[in-house]
Amino acid sequence: MTSELTTGQRQAALIFLAVFAIGGLFLAAFGRADPIAGHGWLVLVFALLSLFGVLTRYYDPEPAADRSGEYYDTPVKVGIILAMIWAVIGMFVGDWVAWLLVNPNLTFVDEAWASFGRLRPVHTTGVIFGFGGNALIATSFYVVQRTCRTRLAGHLSPLFVLWGYNLFCLLAVTGYLWGINQSKEYAEPEWYADLWLVIVWVAYLVLYLRTLARRKEPHIYVSNWYYLAFILVVAVLHIVNGLALPLSWASAKSYSLFSGVQDAMTQWWYGHNAVAFFLTSGFLGMMYYYLPKRAERPIFSYRLSIISFWGITFFYMWAGSHHLHYTALPHWVQTLGMTFSVMLLVPSWASAGNALLTLNGAWHRVRDDATLRFMFVAAVFYGLSTFEGSFMAIRSVNALSHYTDWTVGHVHAGALGWVAMITFGAIYASVPWLWETKDHVVAASRRSPLLARARRHPHLRFRDVELWHHPGPYVAHL
Amino acid sequence: MSVDERDPHSGYKTTGHEWNGIKELNTPVPRPVYFFLVAAFLFSVVYWVLMPAWPTGLSYTKGLLGIDQRTSVAREVAGAEAGRAAWTQKLEEMPFDQALADPALMTRVRESAPSLFGDNCAACHGQNGGGAPGFPNLRDDAWLWGSAPDAIAETIRAGVNSGHPDAHMSQMMAFGRDQLLPQEDVRAVVAYVRSLFAARAPAPSAALTRGAEVFAGNCASCHGARGEGNQQLGAPNLTDDEWLYGGDQESVFQTVWSGRQGQMPAWEARLTLAQRRMLTLYLIDQQRRAE
Repeated sequence: MTSELTTGQRQAALIFLAVFAIGGLFLAAFGRADPIAGHGWLVLVFALLSLFGVLTRYYDPEPAADRSGEYYDTPVKVGIILAMIWAVIGMFVGDWVAWLLVNPNLTFVDEAWASFGRLRPVHTTGVIFGFGGNALIATSFYVVQRTCRTRLAGHLSPLFVLWGYNLFCLLAVTGYLWGINQSKEYAEPEWYADLWLVIVWVAYLVLYLRTLARRKEPHIYVSNWYYLAFILVVAVLHIVNGLALPLSWASAKSYSLFSGVQDAMTQWWYGHNAVAFFLTSGFLGMMYYYLPKRAERPIFSYRLSIISFWGITFFYMWAGSHHLHYTALPHWVQTLGMTFSVMLLVPSWASAGNALLTLNGAWHRVRDDATLRFMFVAAVFYGLSTFEGSFMAIRSVNALSHYTDWTVGHVHAGALGWVAMITFGAIYASVPWLWETKDHVVAASRRSPLLARARRHPHLRFRDVELWHHPGPYVAHL
Repeated sequence: MSVDERDPHSGYKTTGHEWNGIKELNTPVPRPVYFFLVAAFLFSVVYWVLMPAWPTGLSYTKGLLGIDQRTSVAREVAGAEAGRAAWTQKLEEMPFDQALADPALMTRVRESAPSLFGDNCAACHGQNGGGAPGFPNLRDDAWLWGSAPDAIAETIRAGVNSGHPDAHMSQMMAFGRDQLLPQEDVRAVVAYVRSLFAARAPAPSAALTRGAEVFAGNCASCHGARGEGNQQLGAPNLTDDEWLYGGDQESVFQTVWSGRQGQMPAWEARLTLAQRRMLTLYLIDQQRRAE
């Protein structure tokens, strides 16, 4: 990573990491009577390891002065590896907590950290934010460059976004084990981790917008609408739901700015739109790139893409209150949540339909190519779980399903069937493309015949390098 | 960029754009999408007209059906109460001894009372009514205010030192702290009181004799000449082995030195007559079944 930075960027990284390490030390010192100190030490160690990583490569030769003709894929690769590490952690803990539901004694040790209440958010954060989030960041970097025919707008900031985000995930899951938790489902990390994520996320948004602004394509591709909606709305949700007053600067504990039913409504406005814009919008962005790419078919309907994008964006915003049926929340808010959830089914199925109909003319590939089949299964599960979601949002159905394992099953149909399957498809597709590209193209700033050819045909440069490395009409990579 | 490019498989034209090899067809939106969008919207409009739906500043549209979850819950609770009326009415009116002899009614009591007890009584008296230091054991036969069903029901209704106008009022004075007795007399009477439980009685001694004198002069007015207590005053029987605040020397000394004044809330305002009588029956029934 460091060898791709200029000397100036390496120095900037060192200064930033040094300041960051001191920040961690302050947190550890002033918070020594509080669990927050552990996180101060964690930040310090994280910063020092990064510092060490930069220093060992500090004197590496500088990269070429003009790299605007190449994609910046290092953050993509690192992101994919991190996503897989989080997948292993998150799914292992998920399996563990599932067994705890069968036999509560399977904590093995009689320690607070091993209790269900602390392990469960490690699972949810591990898979949603660790695995899913890294996959989204990595693929969004991959897709935005290729659909805009331009290099990422920055060298340091993609690395900052990626590693900063992973530090957030690390603060989150270690905090849960130590008992640091603000008790909001899917927004459990405390105020300082939340603030850190705001910084990282705004950097992500700025990076994404700047890259889009550099695009060499006249139009913005659908995937980028979805990725941008994901980045923008998650920022809004996270900031509003995270509004809280810490006990002190040296305490991990904070109190939400909202109370009672307002707090519950804010939380589920956040919670359901995290489903919408993190687990749906972001992964639709992924699907809209990888599925047609792999099927080698045009998108079934541009018009349907538009209708379903705005339908999803508009309807989802209202649906959160269906998490609070039959509670102290006023009845009229529940009505709105339910009816908008029902209407939401139409654009959701329009998206699933758009994906499946794109496969028309390529069903033989679905049959033969395991990678494409992952994406097909994901689209089917997307349709199934959005149907189930709208159905469960109906008040009288919710009276039966709420507070039962049906909810857990539903979230897994969405998170495993849709989110994980489309991610596996995307990873199976891009890993050979990425690592082959490294062999032939990046190393080829040192005169690969391939890049030489690309340079002779600048209009082909970004569009086709990847296709050349995609041997034959299709390849089963499994 | 060729606007006229046509996809050979579907026969539709593309939009003319291409992103890294990806194209889009300009296929019209399939009619079912519009149909279901309109259908879902119409369903919502009908639902909004019938049910509470849209905010209007300080209020909201109530809906033509007049349904609201608060009134629904109130109605369901009232319905459930009406369903129970047959036997709750019996609870209110039937004398306790008859109720205890009514197996159908006692089955209801055994079903319903544990959660009532758990919600209201268990915090002090323990989930199984076994009590705790300062909180009487409800399963033994030592009753401060009487073991008759009516006495138990009255204690539940008005409480002890609760501020209720009919409450039992009782206080153990702080003989040592308020300097009613010198320390050696307190120690002597503690030894004497602890000797009253026959099974533990020590050999006679001068201290015990002094203790007996102190007891007769200071304690007998409430606890009785032989220390058997007085349920009119809530004065415990000191000759059994049931101790509200502990029977070891240190605890009894604390009781005599610093006094005691326990409290039990009055439940009249919180529990209905039927509920209070159900709890009374439950306690007696538990005791009988334990014997």
